[in-house]
Amino acid sequence: MAPVDMATIPEKENDKWVLRLYVAGQTPKCVAAFANLKKICAEYLDNRYEIQIIDLLENPQLARGDQIVAVPTLVRNLPEPVRKIIGDLSNTEKVLVGLDLRTRN
Amino acid sequence: MRKNSEVSRPELAKSPTGIRGLDEITFGGLPHGRPTLVCGRAGCGKTLFSIEFLVHGAIDYDEPGVFIAFEETEDDLTKNVASLGYDLADLSRRKKLMIDYIRVERSEIEETGEYDLEGLFVRLGYAIDAIGAKRVVLDTIEAIFSGFSNVNILRAELRRLFRWLKEKGVTAVITAEQGDGTLTRHGLEEYVSDCVILLDHRVHEQISTRRLRVVKYRGSIHGTNEYPFLIDDQGISVLPITSLNLEHRASSERVSTGIETLDQMFGGKGYYRGSSILVSGMAGTGKTSVAAQFVDAACRRGERCIYFSSEESPAQVIRNLRAIGLDLEPWIKKGLLHFDATRPNFYGLEMHLLRIHKLVERIKPKVVVFDPLSNYLSLGNDLEVQSMLTRLLDYLKGLQITSIFNTLVEGGHAELQSEVGVSSLMDVWILLRNLEYNGERNRGLFILKARGIAHSNQIREFIFTDHGIELKDVYVGVDGFLTGSARTAHEAREKAAAQLRREATERRRREIARKRRALEAQILALRAQFENEADEINKEIALDTTREQVLESGKVEMARARLGNGPAKVRRERNGKGA
Repeated sequence: MAPVDMATIPEKENDKWVLRLYVAGQTPKCVAAFANLKKICAEYLDNRYEIQIIDLLENPQLARGDQIVAVPTLVRNLPEPVRKIIGDLSNTEKVLVGLDLRTRN
Repeated sequence: MRKNSEVSRPELAKSPTGIRGLDEITFGGLPHGRPTLVCGRAGCGKTLFSIEFLVHGAIDYDEPGVFIAFEETEDDLTKNVASLGYDLADLSRRKKLMIDYIRVERSEIEETGEYDLEGLFVRLGYAIDAIGAKRVVLDTIEAIFSGFSNVNILRAELRRLFRWLKEKGVTAVITAEQGDGTLTRHGLEEYVSDCVILLDHRVHEQISTRRLRVVKYRGSIHGTNEYPFLIDDQGISVLPITSLNLEHRASSERVSTGIETLDQMFGGKGYYRGSSILVSGMAGTGKTSVAAQFVDAACRRGERCIYFSSEESPAQVIRNLRAIGLDLEPWIKKGLLHFDATRPNFYGLEMHLLRIHKLVERIKPKVVVFDPLSNYLSLGNDLEVQSMLTRLLDYLKGLQITSIFNTLVEGGHAELQSEVGVSSLMDVWILLRNLEYNGERNRGLFILKARGIAHSNQIREFIFTDHGIELKDVYVGVDGFLTGSARTAHEAREKAAAQLRREATERRRREIARKRRALEAQILALRAQFENEADEINKEIALDTTREQVLESGKVEMARARLGNGPAKVRRERNGKGA
């Protein structure tokens, strides 16, 4: 796994990352997504992150706010701009690109 | 009979759309509890179609609806349909409608691994449950194809979505962009196959026409034609609703044409109310004047009229009609006559039809005039024109409105060849014709047909007077009919001949009298002569009688003498001598 290119995110270093994971019940995809997310955060974001899990089956009205269509969806609200990553987050490489933790090739 | 067949063949449950005309074509609306696909190219009216479906459902049929918008925000939608008088915000407040704008932005989304569209299901389900929705619109779901790259997942999820919608029992409208050679760009027709409606927007010679076709309707009969439809400030109308049957009432009321002599040609009673009347003729044969007489007569009866003028301005028509003693202006002021002057090529045929419908609905006339119809005929091909006319006529007849169509017969065309078979749609056909004779051009009028009316078969000469139109009998002689000065001359000749005949009769009468007098004189003379002669004869008879008596007495004396002696006889002779 390639190291994080910290040069691309210098100003975000001290920002607090707010990550929301939208799931719909305990489906295998959702469970996998949560596990993968925790692993990535622990590895790349130290303690500068906060993960909120939103179960749409319990709070369907919340899907509207972040324009959720696919499940699971990971939304990075902070720092701006908003980023969305859908799927079970099994491809760490893509997750890092999606979160702007790594530049797109 | 009818009841039995209904029982044995239960009709598919349907949800009326409330869109004018569509529910007639589909015999009741969209399949209830099933998804319907509405496809067409950009700008063909898909979104409006679906909004109307929901709004009518919410207001007219007490079926709340959910609108899932993939293309426009709630604000945009609300503003866009506000001009149609639809207050989406109010419907939302009253929980009759719920709009959810779903934005799928490819650039914001990174895909990693397995996912599904449960978010869409959750939102849709939430919205449906929140207001107890019976109707759902997805406009247009294909947008997700641009937001997500895994087509296999999308297809599987769409299949699941439509199955889920059916299970929910909601009547759904799914819109989709038309593809090249396919109904939809992404093949949605594979999933939604209960009912497919295709909307089309064509521009032909700079005039646009919208058309709607029910491509498929599983388990139901439906009109299969392409039906023109309109979008105006009242939304979508598939027009006209009455074009599907021929069941209009037939009035037996007869009304005057306004020309007494023409009424006489119609069996003395005029035409049937609600007739379609074609007045055709070449330029300058007096079509407008004939139509104006009809209008004038209707206004005199207190009936409202609409005059669709496509060549002249109202002011010009009125001025020109004053020349023949027809003043329509008071009727306009009284609100009985409404002029509508537009250049036909300003709108397409369908738009005209709509304008006519709306004016008729507003004014509720008894008579409408199209002067001339010819100008409308250039707006489409024969088929379109005939379709428009049929629908127009059905509409007007359904309302028992008399319609008068003036058509111009071009020089060089056979005058009986009416454009695009217009004449077969008409109940009455009045033909105006130029009669050229003796160096003059005069106008002739005859009734070519009048359904259900014993009409005159004669050609009448048509004369403008300062008190309207008059029809004169036409003289038919060895050279054909006589009109104009030839007719006048003929009339004069006839008068002279009649005078001569009268004089001759008088003469004969006098002759008889004279002869009678002569005869009587002769009789008198003869009688006088006879009496003279009778007198003479009587005198002679009297004389003879006297002589007879004398002779008789002479004989007696002689006998007496003979009875005495001989000498007595002599003596008597002597005596006789001596006497």
